[in-house]
Amino acid sequence: MILQQLVNGLTLGSLYALIALGYTMVYGVLLMINFAHSEILMAGAFASCLLLGSPWLQSNSPGVAIVLAMLGGLLISALLALLMERLAYRPLRRAGRLAPLISAIGVSIFLQNAVFLFISDQSLAYPQIFPIRHFETVGVEINSLQLLILGVAVGLMITLHLFVNRTRLGTAIRATAQDASTASLMGIPVNGIIALTFLIGGALGGVAGALNGMYYGTIKYNMGFVPGLKAFTAAVLGGIGNIAGAMWGGFILGILESLAAGLLPNGSDWKDVIAFSILIIVLLFRPEGLFGRHVPDKV
Amino acid sequence: MLEIKELRTLHGRKIEALRGVSLSVAPGEMIALIGGNGAGKTTLLRSIAGLLPPDSGEIIFQGRSIARKPSHRVAALGVVYVPEGRRVFPRLTVRENLEMGAFLRRDRIAIAEDLERLFHLFPVLRDRQKQLGSTLSGGEQQMLAIARALMSRPKLLMLDEPSMGLAPLMVEKIFSVIQEIHRQGMTLLMVEQNARKALQIAQRAYVLETGKIVLQGLAKDLLHNPQVQHAYLGIE
Ligand SMILES: Nc1ncnc2c1ncn2[C@@H]1O[C@H](COP(=O)(O)OP(=O)(O)O)[C@@H](O)[C@H]1O
Ligand SMILES: [Mg+2]
Repeated sequence: MILQQLVNGLTLGSLYALIALGYTMVYGVLLMINFAHSEILMAGAFASCLLLGSPWLQSNSPGVAIVLAMLGGLLISALLALLMERLAYRPLRRAGRLAPLISAIGVSIFLQNAVFLFISDQSLAYPQIFPIRHFETVGVEINSLQLLILGVAVGLMITLHLFVNRTRLGTAIRATAQDASTASLMGIPVNGIIALTFLIGGALGGVAGALNGMYYGTIKYNMGFVPGLKAFTAAVLGGIGNIAGAMWGGFILGILESLAAGLLPNGSDWKDVIAFSILIIVLLFRPEGLFGRHVPDKV
Repeated sequence: MLEIKELRTLHGRKIEALRGVSLSVAPGEMIALIGGNGAGKTTLLRSIAGLLPPDSGEIIFQGRSIARKPSHRVAALGVVYVPEGRRVFPRLTVRENLEMGAFLRRDRIAIAEDLERLFHLFPVLRDRQKQLGSTLSGGEQQMLAIARALMSRPKLLMLDEPSMGLAPLMVEKIFSVIQEIHRQGMTLLMVEQNARKALQIAQRAYVLETGKIVLQGLAKDLLHNPQVQHAYLGIE
């Protein structure tokens, strides 16, 4: 039973982790919470869903169709994140901390309503393109969808980890997060780096949105809200601005939530309460997060 | 090489930190810029580096105006600023800090050679390659900051109070390294509180007071100028 909840928690957690990376990377370089990030994943879910239902992908094998649909979600979300940065945040870079926050909420409302008006105000079914197979070992059941989610999410996270820690551009992202003006003295184009973090966060969020749609089977214009807030909780839990922390925070939150859902009476009613209690407790008592070494060192 | 004319820079709307500064630096020179606290020395270097856009005046580097260029473009042109307080990246390793200095370069082999040369100049950095920047002592951080700047192969190196807050022995070491870098052909513009040391190793110097150049000349002449001796060298 516990083992089973662990498997479910890992799946859920890997989605939270992917989304949390977008919050934490943007916070790292801008000290700003991109509250419209939840709409990034909604956009990724819609883009991939519409692609899967479109005639272009119908003729492909399920495997190819899924990959193409996820790539589509990734692309749309990455572009959307870039646009957001350019149009809604960059002009407010020197306007204090409240203005971009309000702008983010505006973007979020705008995007939800755009989808509501032009695509659908109802839940849409996310096409299921391959039959879900169930595997069982030592009393634990895991299905092919969960394996897909875990595989894609963990693969992306490992790639991101290597990129951020082993490449010149990844190091420049860390340098910019630590001290942007000094980074610019090395010739690092800080605006470009900020755009790059939006692009990466958007891409990961888009894939997470597509996977989220597949997992739950339906998508809706406001679907980003709850997972967005949970992923934000995960980012705070891991120490906002801390990339590895966001990944761990995602898994911890997913597992705690699933354990609560499985072990408490009427557990699934409790899991959101658990998640948001964690957010409040962490914010109150350990705002730097579990792995919090991130103290913003900007002056 | 560098030509500054009538530069005015404001902080905010009101505080006029530079009130018409003009100076020049020729290739291969080492220039000292001295002046009391709050005279505007840092403001001047930050304006040149593109961190603080000036309100009026000219900054010409190798025939090009850089006065309104953003800092990463100024750096790309070869004007590199080692900021006050060193500003080592605290959570990058020493090696990563140095690699960031070479951010704009693609010539891997030459980068590796430069790294080797700098490790020769600063052996302590070789030993501490894998440590985080924040774990270094003040003197080591200053060496790292200078080495990081050199990794970009600058044409003009600007140092902002390299000896600030260092123990006497370390001050000696930093100044001898600066002299060595100059001997190897680097053009330097150096701000220092330690006026005596700065005037001893520089060729020419400027004295800045409340945003204006009040004196300039050969460094060895300024060392014997009564006004300078009184205000900056503690000689009555
Ligand atoms: N960020 C700032 N905002 C407002 N005033 C500043 C700022 N930085 C420096 N100043 C003011 O500008 C003047 C020059 O400062 P600075 O260039 O740091 O002098 P120095 O480096 O010679 O000690 C001082 O009067 C200082 O108070
Ligand atoms: Mg200063």
